[in-house]
Amino acid sequence: MWRQWIPFWRPGLSPHSGDVDLLFAGLLIASALVLALLFFLLVLFCARYRAGNQIDRDHRVKKSWHWEVSWTAASFVCFLGLFVWGASVYFQIYRTPADDNDVFVVAKQWMWKTQHPGGQSEIDALHIPVKRPVRLVMASQDVIHSFFIPALRLKHDVVPGRYQDLEIEVDKPGHYHLFCAEYCGTDHSGMIGEIVAMEPADFSNWLTQQAPSSPLASEGGQLFRELGCSGCHGGGGTIRAPPLEGVYGKPVPLSDGTTVIADDKYIRDSILMPRSQVVASYQPLMPSFEGKVSEDQLLRLVIYIKSLAGHPS
Amino acid sequence: MSDKNYLTTDYTLRSWFLTTDHKRIAILYFASLIFFFFIGGAAATAIRIELATPQADLVSSDVYNRLFTMHGIIMVWFFLIPSIPNTLGNFVVPLMIGARDLAFPRLNLMSWYIFMLGGCITLFAILAGGVDTGWTFYTPFSTLYSNSYVIVAAAGIFIAGFSSILTGLNFIVTIHRLRAPGLTWYRLPLFLWSLYATSVILVLATPVLAITLLLMATERFFGVGIFDPRIGGDPLLFQHLFWFYSHPAVYIMILPGMGVINELVSCFSRKQVFGYKFVAWCSLAIAAVGFLVWGHHMFVSGQSLIASLVFSFMSFIVAVPSAIKVFNWTATLHKGSIHFDAPMLYALAFIGLFTIGGLTGLFLACLAYDVHATDTYFVVAHFHYIMVGGMVTAYFGGLHYWWPKITGRLYSEYWARTAAVLIFFGFNLTFFPQFILGAEGMPRRYHVYPPEFQVWNVLSSGGAAILAVAYLMPLFYLGYSAFFGRRAPANPWNAPGLEWQTSSPPPEFNFASQPVVTRAPYQYNEHFQAEPQNA
Repeated sequence: MWRQWIPFWRPGLSPHSGDVDLLFAGLLIASALVLALLFFLLVLFCARYRAGNQIDRDHRVKKSWHWEVSWTAASFVCFLGLFVWGASVYFQIYRTPADDNDVFVVAKQWMWKTQHPGGQSEIDALHIPVKRPVRLVMASQDVIHSFFIPALRLKHDVVPGRYQDLEIEVDKPGHYHLFCAEYCGTDHSGMIGEIVAMEPADFSNWLTQQAPSSPLASEGGQLFRELGCSGCHGGGGTIRAPPLEGVYGKPVPLSDGTTVIADDKYIRDSILMPRSQVVASYQPLMPSFEGKVSEDQLLRLVIYIKSLAGHPS
Repeated sequence: MSDKNYLTTDYTLRSWFLTTDHKRIAILYFASLIFFFFIGGAAATAIRIELATPQADLVSSDVYNRLFTMHGIIMVWFFLIPSIPNTLGNFVVPLMIGARDLAFPRLNLMSWYIFMLGGCITLFAILAGGVDTGWTFYTPFSTLYSNSYVIVAAAGIFIAGFSSILTGLNFIVTIHRLRAPGLTWYRLPLFLWSLYATSVILVLATPVLAITLLLMATERFFGVGIFDPRIGGDPLLFQHLFWFYSHPAVYIMILPGMGVINELVSCFSRKQVFGYKFVAWCSLAIAAVGFLVWGHHMFVSGQSLIASLVFSFMSFIVAVPSAIKVFNWTATLHKGSIHFDAPMLYALAFIGLFTIGGLTGLFLACLAYDVHATDTYFVVAHFHYIMVGGMVTAYFGGLHYWWPKITGRLYSEYWARTAAVLIFFGFNLTFFPQFILGAEGMPRRYHVYPPEFQVWNVLSSGGAAILAVAYLMPLFYLGYSAFFGRRAPANPWNAPGLEWQTSSPPPEFNFASQPVVTRAPYQYNEHFQAEPQNA
C-alpha cells in the first residue's frame, strides 16, 4: 500500500479506516495547497513591496468586488466538498451495527472491563477475531469515558446512563492500543489497554482456553431469579407483568399509544426507570432497580432477556 | 496647554485604585493580566517538563491533572478572554473614536474590581488544593467524583463573567453613542468593528456560562438530577450548555486579535485594508454563526447523526469569513510599502499561525476525521495555534504598536524584533509536533504515555523552553523602556488613526479639542504618507 511509504504514517487497519486515511490525505493536500499559495504570496509581496524598494506601485487594484466574491465562493465550494466527503464516511463508521456478534464493555475509573457472550471476561484487553465485524455494547459505571482505538481511526464516548453501540472490525492480526480519550479523573492516562486481533481459529482456541465459569446469559438468568424478576415476569405469578420471551428486537406497544423497539437501551431503561415507558394494558407497578444493580449485572440481565428471544412461550 | 498627561496627573495609590480614567484602568488590567499570564505559563512549563519523558517522574497524576486544569482555567478566563478587549481595547477605544472616556467610566472601574474578585477566588481554589476537572468541568465527573475545589473555582469564573458582560455593554454603548462628529460606521477602524462583535458575544453568551455553573453547583449541593444520570439527569446536557458559551468564547478570544491585525497590516503596508466593508461584516458574521457550531464538540458523544451533520456544516460555514479575512490581509500587502517594524513581524506571524490553526480546524469540523482526532493532541495543537499563535501573537503585536501611545516611550526595536522571531520559531517547534502526535493517536490530558510518542513530545518540550524565554523577553525590554526609553512622538508610526492625533501619552481627557472626522479610516496618499484625520 502506498500509505506505508509515508514517514510517520501508520495506516489504519479496518475497512473504514482506509476511507478515513484517504480523507485525511485529502485534507492535508488541500491545506498544503492553500498554505503554499498563501506563504508564496506573503513572501512575494513582502520582498517586492518592501519599503524603499523601487518598484512600480501604480495601478493599485481599485476596490473590486470580483476578488472578494471569487475567493469567498471558492472557499465555500471547497468547504462544501470536504463537508460532504467527511459526512459520508462518518455515516459509514457509525451506521447501526448488526447485533449477532456482541461484546460487552463496561468502563469504570480506571479500567476497561470487556465480556464475551460466553462469559469470558477481560480487564484492559479485548480479543477479537479479524475480518469479522464485532458489535460493542458499551456502558459506563461512573463518569464519561471514551473508547478509542487509533489504529482503527475509531472512537466513541461511553456516557453513563445509556448504552452506546459501536461496530469494530480489524483487518490484520496484532496488538493495538486501546485508550480512554475522555478525561475521567486521577488515572485517566492509566486507563489504557489493548485490542488483540487474532485469526478466527486462534480466537476460538482462545475462547475455549479461557474456560468461563458460565455464559453471561445463564448468569443473567440466575440474577433474574435472585432479584425476584421471575416472580412477576415468569408464568404463574400473582402480579401480571409482560412476558419477556421473544420480546428482544420486537416492537412493543406502550400505554401512551406509541411503539418502541425492545433493544438493549429499552430493556435497560425499563429496569432502571420502569414507569417511564409502560407496556400497553399493563399497570405501572414495577419498582425501580436504580442503585440495586451494577452495570455488570444490568448487562447480564439484558443478555439473558435477549437469550429468551429464541423460545417464545 | 499643560504638559501633564494621564500618567502624571496624580501619583497616589488612591488615584490609581479609584480612577475612572479608561487609560489607567487599562493599566490596572494590564498589570493583572501579566500576573495571570505568568501563573498560567508556569503551569504550562511544568506540564511540558513532565511530558518530556513517558513516565511520571516530576509530578503525580493528581498534581498533573491540577496543573493542566489550572493552566486552562487561568489562561482562558483570566488571560485570553480579557486580554485585548480589557487592556488594549480599554485604552484605545475612546481614543479611536475621539471620546473623552468610555460611556460608563465607573462601571469600567467596577468591572476591574469584579474581575479581580473572581480571579482571587479562583486563585484561592488553586492554592487551597487545586481543581482536577479540566477547564471544561464535564459532568458527572465535576459534580460527583471530583473531590477538589470545583465550586470555589467555578464561583470565581461565575463572578469574572459579570466583568465580561459589563465590559461588553460598556463597549457597545460607547461605540454607538460617543463617536466623534463625522465618524460614521464605515469610517470606524476595523479594530472597533471586531471589538463590537466581541462585545455582542460577551453580552449574549456569558449568561449561559453563568447558568451552567449555577446548575452545576445546584447539583453538587442538593443532588438534583440535572446532569447525573443516576437521578434522571443527562451528562450531555452539560456539554450542550457549556459549549453553547465556550465555542462563541473562542471567537471572543480571536476576534479582537483579528481586529488588531487589521490595524497593523494597514499601518505597516501604508495602505487601506483591502475590502474594508467585507472585513467589517465578516467580524459580525463570525460572531453570529459562532453561536451555531457548539455541537461539533460532541461528534463522538452519541448525539444524533443528523445533529452532527448540521453542526459540521455550520462549522465549515463559520470558516468562510475567517478565510476572507486572511485573503484580505494578504491582498492589503499588494503594492503597499511594507515596513518590517516589530508589530508588523507579529502581524505576519499571526497570519501564518492563524491560517494553520484555521485549516486544522477544518480537519476537526470534518466529521469522519474528527472521530479520530478529537480528544487527541491534534485538538490541543489546533486550539493553541488559534489562541496562542493567533490571539497572544496579536496581543503582543498590538502591545508593541500602541506601546509608545500608552507609555510615551520607545522600546528597543532590535530586541522587539528578536523576540518576535523567537516567539514564532519557539511556537512552531512547540505545537507543530503535537499535530503529528494527535494524528498518531496520543490522547490529550495524558500524564504518562506509551514510549513511541516520546520523540515528538521531546521536540515539543524543547520548543516550549524557547517559547518561555521568548515570552519573558518583552517583560525586560518593555519594562526597561517604560522607565528609561526614549520619549515617543505623538505619532511614531505616522498612522492616520485618531488615537495618534493626540500627544503620547495622552492627556487626562484624551483630546485638547473635539476631533472631527472627514474621511474613511486608513487614508494614505499615493506617497504612502498618512493624511491627517482632521480637516
